[in-house]
Amino acid sequence: MFNVIDKKMLAAVADLHEIPQGAYNIRKNGQGVERNITANIDIVTKKDKPGIDIIVKPGTKNESVHIPVILSQGISDMVYNTFEIGEGSDVLVVAGCGIHNSSSQTAQHDGIHEFFIRRGARMKYVEKHYGEGDGSGQKVLNPKTIIEIEEGGSAELEMIQIEGVDQTIRDTEVRLHKNARLIVTERLLTTSGQNAESNITVELTGEGATAQILSRSVAQDDSVQVFHLNMRGYAPCRGHIQCDSIIMDKARVSSIPEITAYHSEAELVHEAAIGRIASEQLMKLMTLGLTEEEAENTILKGFLA
Amino acid sequence: MLQLKNVSLTLEGEHGKKQILKDISLTLKKNKIYVMTGPNGGGKSSIAKIIMGIYQPTSGKILLEGEDISALGVSERARLGIGYAFQQPPRFKGIKVKDVLELAVGDNTKVNICDLLYDVGLCSQDYLNREIDASFSGGELKRVEIASILARKLKVAVFDEPEAGIDLWSFQKLTETFENLNNMTDTTIVIISHQERILRLAHQVIVVSEGKISEITTPDKFLGEIEKLETDCRCKNNCTFIGGRTDVQCD
Repeated sequence: MFNVIDKKMLAAVADLHEIPQGAYNIRKNGQGVERNITANIDIVTKKDKPGIDIIVKPGTKNESVHIPVILSQGISDMVYNTFEIGEGSDVLVVAGCGIHNSSSQTAQHDGIHEFFIRRGARMKYVEKHYGEGDGSGQKVLNPKTIIEIEEGGSAELEMIQIEGVDQTIRDTEVRLHKNARLIVTERLLTTSGQNAESNITVELTGEGATAQILSRSVAQDDSVQVFHLNMRGYAPCRGHIQCDSIIMDKARVSSIPEITAYHSEAELVHEAAIGRIASEQLMKLMTLGLTEEEAENTILKGFLA
Repeated sequence: MLQLKNVSLTLEGEHGKKQILKDISLTLKKNKIYVMTGPNGGGKSSIAKIIMGIYQPTSGKILLEGEDISALGVSERARLGIGYAFQQPPRFKGIKVKDVLELAVGDNTKVNICDLLYDVGLCSQDYLNREIDASFSGGELKRVEIASILARKLKVAVFDEPEAGIDLWSFQKLTETFENLNNMTDTTIVIISHQERILRLAHQVIVVSEGKISEITTPDKFLGEIEKLETDCRCKNNCTFIGGRTDVQCD
């Protein structure tokens, strides 16, 4: 079922070296090819459009669901996935998409993920994007993530673009209710001629809601990155946006954080910084015996870890 | 062990070229502690950076165990066993204390990085997994910097004002650490400092002023002269004498 390239991509985007434990749904070239459900996690194919519904029963603890997507042809794939994370549950969701494109056609995956995190539920969501292949066709990934976090619920999102994606527009929208909590960790690397746009909008609507967005990126060669990070506080709440980028070569980075308070007890902070690697940082690592190139790689690897 | 022969340094500044070091010659022996002192801007840190290879001398030579290393860069000198603790170490987003210490330790398996942190007054449990970012105070940063030098098996270790930002308890620990390093290794230790307790550790005090070595002496002689200058000073304006004897002017 899976060839060497498929296995490599599954390992890159979902850390899968074998069929995972627990629930999973693996999609390849626009088709679901492997699926497993458990007593607590059901996966149902949508009838009206391509995609799946993932239903986590209330109270499910310490279970995971893997839903990686791999493309190894120059095709355009669009998928709608809906997640119901039941009340009081605590689960790990591992998504991610890998494209191997050795053709001259564009290979594109657009994924729309909608999450309902019910009262008191916790979800960790890991999404990695990766592209490879020596074809001239573009590798395009456009994820859209919409999350509703009910009272006392929490979501921790790790959204990582490892390498090789030519074009991406990443849209993330999160609404938090009373005492809900959100942590977004975004890591993004672009190289030669690649374009990446990340739009994250967080609405803190309930009292005691907290959100933190930590975005780090590295733009190399002549790549372009644009970040729109937007946080709105409608209640006594706390939010923090931190957006750091390392710029190299002839790259271009725009970072546009926006915070808006609609309540006098909303505490919102944003910090944004763009800069090259400081020569003192390189020098420090070189005094430990690293070459300049090794020092640079160490700094970039740490920054994006 | 390490020799500087007729080393001069001229740097390009905002207002044109400026000669920073003038014909410096020094011989630093193994298993000795040298404390470099002198007025600010006199050239101490520049000598340290010349030794590490951060600055390349405009003229003159640097010899390590008789080998000319003048043309070698920072990484190459580091691999030959020269280390430098920065006066103002950089912060790193995403790099943890243990990452830097593991890089410093390399294949020196005898070194325990937790012990290193203890030697500089930090609890390894609290610090190993912390990123060396803006959350670090100047003192914490300095201690990790010193630990990164202690981690290495060095022929020459240069510490640029290691006491800056370090509290009293850690300062005591720091002086003990320098003594231990001297007792247990053959490392040539060069410390840039104005502190009397660090000056007292020295086998020789090197006074650097106006880009030149104005004197090489013993701690007792140097501190004795300072004491005399302070007694003789009549202006009561808290004149600072350490290392600045050639510049002393009472108002």
